[in-house]
Amino acid sequence: MKLEANIPAGPLAQKWSKYRFDSKLVSPANKRRYKVVVVGAGLAGASAAATLAELGYDVENFVFHDSPRRAHSIAAQGGINAAKNYQNDGDSVRRLFYDTIKGGDFRAREANVYRLAEVSVSIIDQCVAQGVPFAREYGGLLDNRSFGGAQVSRTFYARGQTGQQLLLGAYSALARQAGLGAVKCHTHAEMLDLVVVDGHAKGIIVRNLISGELTRHAADAVVLATGGYGNVFNLSTYARGSNATAIWRAYKRGACFANPCFTQIHPTCIPVSGDYQSKLTLMSESLRNDGRIWVPKQAGDKRPPQDIPEGERDYYLERMYPSFGNLAPRDISSRAAKRVCDEGRGVGESGRGVYLDFAEAIQRLGEATIRERYGNLFAIYKEITDENAYRSPMRIFPAVHYTMGGLWVDYSLMSNLPGLFVLGEANFSDHGANRLGASALMQGLADGYFVLPATIAGYLASQKPDQRPRPDHDAFRQAEEQVRGSVRRLLASQGQRTVASFHKELGQLLWDHCGMARNAAGLKQALDRIPALREEFWRNVRVPGDAEELNQSLERAGRVADFLELAELLCLDALTREESCGGHFREEHQYPDGEAKRDDQNFAFVSAWEYQGPDRPPVLQREPLGYEEVKMTTRSYK
Amino acid sequence: MRVRLKVWRQKHAHRPGGFHTYETPELNPNMSFLEMLDVVNEELTQRGEEPIAFDHDCREGICGTCSLVINGKPHGPHRGVATCQTYLRSFRDGDEIVVEPFRAKAFPLIKDLIVSRKAFDHIIQAGGFVSVRTGSAPDANALPIPKPDADRAMDAAQCIGCGACVAACKNASAMLFVAAKVSHLALLPQGKVERERRARAMVQAMEAAGFGGCSVTGSCEAVCPKEISLEFIARLNREYGRALLKGPN
Repeated sequence: MKLEANIPAGPLAQKWSKYRFDSKLVSPANKRRYKVVVVGAGLAGASAAATLAELGYDVENFVFHDSPRRAHSIAAQGGINAAKNYQNDGDSVRRLFYDTIKGGDFRAREANVYRLAEVSVSIIDQCVAQGVPFAREYGGLLDNRSFGGAQVSRTFYARGQTGQQLLLGAYSALARQAGLGAVKCHTHAEMLDLVVVDGHAKGIIVRNLISGELTRHAADAVVLATGGYGNVFNLSTYARGSNATAIWRAYKRGACFANPCFTQIHPTCIPVSGDYQSKLTLMSESLRNDGRIWVPKQAGDKRPPQDIPEGERDYYLERMYPSFGNLAPRDISSRAAKRVCDEGRGVGESGRGVYLDFAEAIQRLGEATIRERYGNLFAIYKEITDENAYRSPMRIFPAVHYTMGGLWVDYSLMSNLPGLFVLGEANFSDHGANRLGASALMQGLADGYFVLPATIAGYLASQKPDQRPRPDHDAFRQAEEQVRGSVRRLLASQGQRTVASFHKELGQLLWDHCGMARNAAGLKQALDRIPALREEFWRNVRVPGDAEELNQSLERAGRVADFLELAELLCLDALTREESCGGHFREEHQYPDGEAKRDDQNFAFVSAWEYQGPDRPPVLQREPLGYEEVKMTTRSYK
Repeated sequence: MRVRLKVWRQKHAHRPGGFHTYETPELNPNMSFLEMLDVVNEELTQRGEEPIAFDHDCREGICGTCSLVINGKPHGPHRGVATCQTYLRSFRDGDEIVVEPFRAKAFPLIKDLIVSRKAFDHIIQAGGFVSVRTGSAPDANALPIPKPDADRAMDAAQCIGCGACVAACKNASAMLFVAAKVSHLALLPQGKVERERRARAMVQAMEAAGFGGCSVTGSCEAVCPKEISLEFIARLNREYGRALLKGPN
């Protein structure tokens, strides 16, 4: 199989408009004859479902939550980037494009990223028109702040709840269409398989999480916007319910999985405090606008922070990366934090933490200003740690936060399986090996509001209207039987260990061997142990309750079963990529100063893995990354 | 520390439920309330019993999924936080803690501590939006909005849709929820075009869903994890009154 990215010819800045002009369209009268299933209702899913319905398609939306408004986009704090240049500080579409390509360490597709930057400006317009209450200046115009990896202020925000406000905007657009009868919203509905007919994605199998009933849903196209797979690490900043099941089952039906090892470890999270912990909480990157990160210069210095004089502190990001300082990109900041902690200079009880200090900002701007900018974050910090960050510095440490990898898609966001479209964090497309702050919200909404609604017509126009397979087709029956079989198997095992104990063990294994730093020996060890753990899971897991009722243990068991497979692919990908780039740091490949050593000669490609069945290793397909308008350079923030 | 939990268990809506008592193992006071339930559930699972079903997701107070009435208070003892942001250091060693679902006619019980809050979706579907098609928006800075108005709209827009306001209200009224959405949009020029239609439709949907009337006791504001102000209910009443005066459109 050859992966074809289908990037339009012509100059970079004209590709998207050329694509749209060349694309086939579906006439208004025919649109309602095409059914599109959208799975997920985060920023990408809700905006796509709403927009497709506005266009006239027959749309059904599925979420495992009790309401589309619960999707984890809601928890994004800091902001959303857009190349508006409202600050007159030298921003442009081209600069946002370049920052994103460079931030991704030259492992993203040039044409996709340019389109993202282009579309970013319309997103802000759309959200404001919906009533998203972005922060404003006294003149009534929109305010901006800075985020990591950029030297301009292009981030729009709504206090520390930008994701919430953007999601509620998209949700309200979706609710409007649902109220008009243009979208059918299924809640408590978890997709458990993709149905492929004659090589095309034509439907899904869904389990009703309240009744346990399995249902078949045929469609002319299937859109997955089901988010990232960071919970494979167990402890992460993700919501507890976030999972990889939809994309993983699509992978097992033939959709290629791209760059699974590109995972983002976010530098500013509240450190782990005990083994009962169920999740890690992010402290928004926006805090690095005013907070200064430091550790003691001396290893083992256990004095309280206020007793350590200025001269004995190491503001290591400012020292190592003077031009970006505390706003160095996430992968770089995280690695630097790991390094100083490995040197024995970490703070807090566990020694796995660094200070994020606002003393200087409070002195400069006053406590009231800091409270206005970050009040809710300081409050979250207080609730969790019982410490007042206005008085003493926060303690932070990196944690799993986002996955750049995901299902492979071409320029139109269609996977190698025709009819299957993948949006937002669930696809791999725009962030390369490292995502910049405030870019996830931008990508989710770009995909859902503007890209997919324009590209899906090209595929649908190639399919005859009203000709989709019926749910009694053999492929649906077989897929449903398969799902029923694995549900039964999970309940039948009646072993000794809980689902949570397997998830915890898997997460620790990945964090140790495939976390912020990776090496061949550790990855091989993980690759040995994961299949053994998976084997034990199916033999020894205990899932109480029945299939025909609300059963949260069963839900989690299915998700962990998929994580146990995905983890292996993640490590295999990390082992195969013999270079360091972005969030993927291979200890064997670094410069003497500890910076990542990328290998453009041999690894300037997207790794797309093709499933070959349960007993055969996946096959690696390579999509070469060519850059027409930017020069691949060593990424420097010094 | 250890605590004794009295938890509402109910297999499903059509079977009677009741309180079950559980003695917890040794707990760390830095645990969250939901992490304590995780620990209890692990023990129940290991003993071959069914774990307690409860709603949760983001565990950082923003998704609105978690619920629970803890010792008679929705979202537990502290103001301005959700259940998932409640920590055991708020309780004492040996405490007995009563844990119940949100109870309201419009929130039918699904299982144990989980109720259906679909009625909220129906209220939003009736009018909780600005009717703007994707792609038809003017430039975002074409419409300056005074900062105090934008800030006030944001105060209302913070609502996480958890339903604690309903659970706390003796009439099981959803006025604070509706007020937050109506106020958020009515405070902004983008939302003013449809303000009468919105207020009317959302109030009608609220009544149709079986929520009770508001008698302004303020219990909703007291338990709201985002501390949405009662003032917004006054604003909703004004918006609704205005809509009635203007007549149907």
